[in-house]
Amino acid sequence: MHKSYGVGTPVELEVLHGIDLVLERGEFTALVGPSGSGKTTLLNLIGLLDRPNAGRLFIEGQETGGLGEEDITRLRGRSIGFVFQYHYLLPAFTALENVMMPILAARGRPDDEMRATAATLLDRVGLTPWRDSKATEISGGQQQRVAIARALAMNPALVLADEPSGNLDTASADGVFDVLREINETSRTTFLIVTHDPRLAQRCDRIVELVDGRIVSDRPNAHVLRSSSG
Amino acid sequence: MKRFAFFELIVAFRFMREGLMQTLLIILGVGLGGGVIVFMSALLSGLQANVVRRTLNYQAPIRILPPDQVARPLRAVEGAEIAAQVQPRSQRLRSIDQWQKIRDQIERTPDVVAVTPVVAGPGFALRGDASKSVTITGIEPESYFRVIALDEKIVAGRHDIGPLDIVIGTELAKDLGANVGDKFRLATAVGANATLTVIGLFDFGNKGANERNVYVALRSAQNLLDLVGGASAIEVKVRDPFAAETIAQTIRGGTDLQVESWIVTNAQFFTAMRAQILTNTLIRLFVGLTVALGIASVLVVSVIQKQKEIGILRAMGASRGQVLRVFLIQGGAVALAGSVLGSALAWTFLLAWRELARNPDGTLMFIVEIEPSLFAIAMVTATLVGILAAATPARRAARLDPVVAIRS
Repeated sequence: MHKSYGVGTPVELEVLHGIDLVLERGEFTALVGPSGSGKTTLLNLIGLLDRPNAGRLFIEGQETGGLGEEDITRLRGRSIGFVFQYHYLLPAFTALENVMMPILAARGRPDDEMRATAATLLDRVGLTPWRDSKATEISGGQQQRVAIARALAMNPALVLADEPSGNLDTASADGVFDVLREINETSRTTFLIVTHDPRLAQRCDRIVELVDGRIVSDRPNAHVLRSSSG
Repeated sequence: MKRFAFFELIVAFRFMREGLMQTLLIILGVGLGGGVIVFMSALLSGLQANVVRRTLNYQAPIRILPPDQVARPLRAVEGAEIAAQVQPRSQRLRSIDQWQKIRDQIERTPDVVAVTPVVAGPGFALRGDASKSVTITGIEPESYFRVIALDEKIVAGRHDIGPLDIVIGTELAKDLGANVGDKFRLATAVGANATLTVIGLFDFGNKGANERNVYVALRSAQNLLDLVGGASAIEVKVRDPFAAETIAQTIRGGTDLQVESWIVTNAQFFTAMRAQILTNTLIRLFVGLTVALGIASVLVVSVIQKQKEIGILRAMGASRGQVLRVFLIQGGAVALAGSVLGSALAWTFLLAWRELARNPDGTLMFIVEIEPSLFAIAMVTATLVGILAAATPARRAARLDPVVAIRS
């Protein structure tokens, strides 16, 4: 995939120069690279928040280039979960309601089943005691975990995380990472995680390095593979 | 597949609750604006109805008079010069030719409710040292009361006018120092006079009419005004007073008589009313516009404040349509709440106004009828205006690019 900004203007800039990447189901991949290398841009393309100028993107085998705005939105809602550096929870809603929100948007009216799904997810990220707290009343680490539970609400095939622990202290960051890893292992959810933290990258199955809009290295992480298989 | 907009409703109401201060302020703003609009509408229609009712108290919607007499120049004779100047002829009181036939004919006109002949002319009421100029109206009580509800305006005495009876207004009674049962002399310019007994006093709620109008039997007026067997006018009541002019034109078409509708004789009043409706409408329009702009500006700010939240809603699968509706609902809901408040305010104002706006004598200046339909219309209109006002900010929110919204 290629992606340029400012097409047709004097300041046209290509930020991704032919990215070729396959994420297998259940993979837990780290996307690393210096600032400005195009990590977030790539994440937005894969997450259907943006479209490439050239190239094709398949989500669960479906070609996405020909889809209209509504179909893209539906596919995104169903197949992809997002965790951003900042949690972006809706402050007017409780933790539980925030987790329910993607299901509510998809189905239209609230029911007990979606409440139960959300409660289960909150339980998985260890936040059951805070389920009725407003999103603004819990700590940063907890907020990020609510955001993770929300990303999982539609049981997506792929979760894209853009520096999910970037705003957190080490202990909270580790906790958030543990949650991601645990979900990956129990649900076989595919993860693509942008991170600056080499320590966290080392805990992933595969590390893709991006420099100046090109993939410069793409290798399995032997250390993790050994430890998880052994 | 159409789903009911629960998601949109839930998000919209949470957003409004989140910015509670903003929401309450705009509801208050809409309420005040809406209150002014409802109050002015009620006042205007009340005023209109009152003036109409009062005018038609003592004036028939349509009055038919004999044709004006015109002086015709002599026909030009061969070889002779004729003076070109023609003096307008002075009009004497005349009877309508064959008024019985015309009356019967008008009675058959559609939308005509009642028809009555009258003899009306000037006269003097004389009692002791007092002399007052009056308009004598000779009536056939039965048919006349169907056109003008004089019988309902009697405040003292009776209304069954006999040959030697007279009914006068409260003002004239005061001026003459006469009361029910007293006698006075009525004289006219043709030299006739009669001594009549006051059998009743009326009050039309209009000083001029109470001072000037006197009612006698048709036969008495015919004698006093030297129109024996005649009728100087035919008065007509129609179903819809505002259609009077159209009906008058229909009647006019069939005769050479003068047919005057109250709409033409009160042209000044109708001009004033039109001007009032126009200014009133303009004020209401601008107040409405201000309210709509207020709603729009609050929502524009709200969209900017909530950019990131809108972005995340979009990222997690909310469609553009859903985001659009979230803001349209907010516009409509704020306007609806505001109009409920406005209606309550207007109701209060109207009740207060009704109490405060009194004539010098302490009677109510006019009765404002509080119509529930007005409030219903106000609420429906306000909600539509609110949704319309929300359209621009809502479309802006729907068009937000999630990437840009989250990143900004």
